[in-house]
Amino acid sequence: MTSRYQIRNLSRRTKSENGFSASETALAELAARVNQAAKMQLGRSLAIRHVDAGSCNACELEIHALNNPYYALERFGLHFVASPRHADVLLVTGSVTANMKIALERTYAATPAPKWVVAAGDCACGCSLFHENYAVSGSVDKVVPVDLHIKGCPPNPKVLLEGLLALLEINAPSNAI
Amino acid sequence: MTSLKDILAKGKEVQTGRVFPRAVFGAENHDLPETMAQGELDLLGLWGDDGCVHAAMFDRRDRMTGIVTIEAAKGHFPSFGLHFPAAVRMERTITDLFGLVPDGAQDTRRWLDHGQWNVSTPLGQQISAPPCETYAFLPVEGESLHRVLVGPVHAGIIEPGYFRFHASGETIVRLEERLGYVHKGIEALLQGADVETGAKLVARVSGDSTVAYSTAYARAIETALGIDLPPRAHFLRGIMTELERVANHMGDIGAICNDGAFAMMLAECSVLREKVARTAFECFGHRMMMDKVVPGGVATNLDASGISCLRTLVAEITPEFASLMELYDSEASILDRTETTGILSPELAAAFAAPGHVGRASGRNFDSRRDCPHEPYSMLPAFDIPVLKAGDVDARLRIRALEIPKSLGLIIRMLDHLPDGAPFRSMNAATGQICEGLGITESFRGNVLVWLRLSAEGTIERCHPHDPSWIQWPLLEDVIRGNIIADFPLCNKSFNCSYSGHDL
Repeated sequence: MTSRYQIRNLSRRTKSENGFSASETALAELAARVNQAAKMQLGRSLAIRHVDAGSCNACELEIHALNNPYYALERFGLHFVASPRHADVLLVTGSVTANMKIALERTYAATPAPKWVVAAGDCACGCSLFHENYAVSGSVDKVVPVDLHIKGCPPNPKVLLEGLLALLEINAPSNAI
Repeated sequence: MTSLKDILAKGKEVQTGRVFPRAVFGAENHDLPETMAQGELDLLGLWGDDGCVHAAMFDRRDRMTGIVTIEAAKGHFPSFGLHFPAAVRMERTITDLFGLVPDGAQDTRRWLDHGQWNVSTPLGQQISAPPCETYAFLPVEGESLHRVLVGPVHAGIIEPGYFRFHASGETIVRLEERLGYVHKGIEALLQGADVETGAKLVARVSGDSTVAYSTAYARAIETALGIDLPPRAHFLRGIMTELERVANHMGDIGAICNDGAFAMMLAECSVLREKVARTAFECFGHRMMMDKVVPGGVATNLDASGISCLRTLVAEITPEFASLMELYDSEASILDRTETTGILSPELAAAFAAPGHVGRASGRNFDSRRDCPHEPYSMLPAFDIPVLKAGDVDARLRIRALEIPKSLGLIIRMLDHLPDGAPFRSMNAATGQICEGLGITESFRGNVLVWLRLSAEGTIERCHPHDPSWIQWPLLEDVIRGNIIADFPLCNKSFNCSYSGHDL
């Protein structure tokens, strides 16, 4: 059945925006870490598992926004999955709290190789006010190896998307090292 | 009937600034929590301090807010949790962080302390941590029950927490929550911080309510220092607070419907939410307006183009949102999922003094914008506070849907009457004496409360930011009972409690 919403929207432009390109900074950071095995196996589609390891939830709101029709993440071959077992990428937010450290380590261990870890947001990158105290272990790279840092408090959807596009580009089989 | 005013008169009065009174009681007043429970008093928050606990109370009859402080004797204080059920987890937290023990409390398990810190009672004596012990979950008895364990890492883009379901077939017999995974030691970081650093920390207690937290914190500082703001600052804060409410309510409505397999609402609501975020960026310089409310006023002024940008937004999204609600109302499939699902009884909502949409969907007529009067709302004509009685997922969704046009209306009203002048006044926090203040703001989730004490040098001695989720989380455990597991996401989203705001 065609709803009046569908009819109304026949005459409208799509909301999805274009002009997003892989972040140069991210490409530079990733260039040193790429390997042929990852390229062979991952290709031009990446499954992302998000882990909040101690965020204030602002990063989560912006990650959610990646799924809205303006950014429409899935058209690029990027999609969020429900289990680390299905993931190629762990997108980790927050300064890792002492209470989340084990959970993050286990999530990392449960993700099949080859895998990429992206630290998203200033807390995850180790440049926020939530530095080490009795309850915080520190930035994500203190707990699991990190391949890409996306800064911002929180990083906006465009910055997040362009960082993730760099991951896609570096993994593309046609891309020579 | 004992009123809050009478109770406060019996204690030793403390000058907390001009807005909310505080009185101190000696440890010998064992029956104080019980006496307060007999009056028409609601507990807004309970937190620890050096050798005492503070309870923020609201008198329903007199519409008055104040703080009751009870000193601890040899590390013990009378339990509030015995008389105010919402206080149980707050008391467990006070024991974890300060080492103060509630006398007579029934649940003495640790709460935020998972045995992963290198220290015990980090805000109290700081003794070395005892060996990690296994958490004693509540026992569940009965034949053919099965267990579903979820978390702390969840399946979506969500904050971490642990849910332990026991089900008989599909029906949930008991949900037990375990929280504290994102405990960052915010209160410890706040101790000794200067006012500016404190503002940045409190703005990140729960990112989705950053404007509400920053406003409550700023009000606490300004109350402590006894300074008045230029009216323009209040109005700009009010506009940002309402914009934040609209953005979050839209996100929540979309997310609830998505969990009822009505994904189109999520897509449409996320478009409206994105429009709000982009407008916020254009007008105030940040998509969530983080760090834009600061002690002394606001960090960014609103110019003519910002005003017209806000007016355009309101004109655009008002009809769009109305037609989305028409769609919701016309789809039996989604109503079938939301109506009569996850009912919170008015009795329980009242017993817990459930904040925000959770309380207002179950008959609790409370909104701190009206009931704990503060600017800019006290400068505006009275506005309706929607209250429903059904207490189900649908009612919690509808409270949000009813609040969105009200908030948009408030934004237009504040734009219409936006006072001229500076939106900021500078101040000196080093007053040469200790001072304290309390700030309350109605976030989209309910009343956010920030209490703090400043040293003579103007640094923070103690600051407690209190999230409405403290009281909403335990109610979710009750709401889900008797529902099917498949309806948990709906119930959970209809509450949308903050993990970070609760875990601190």
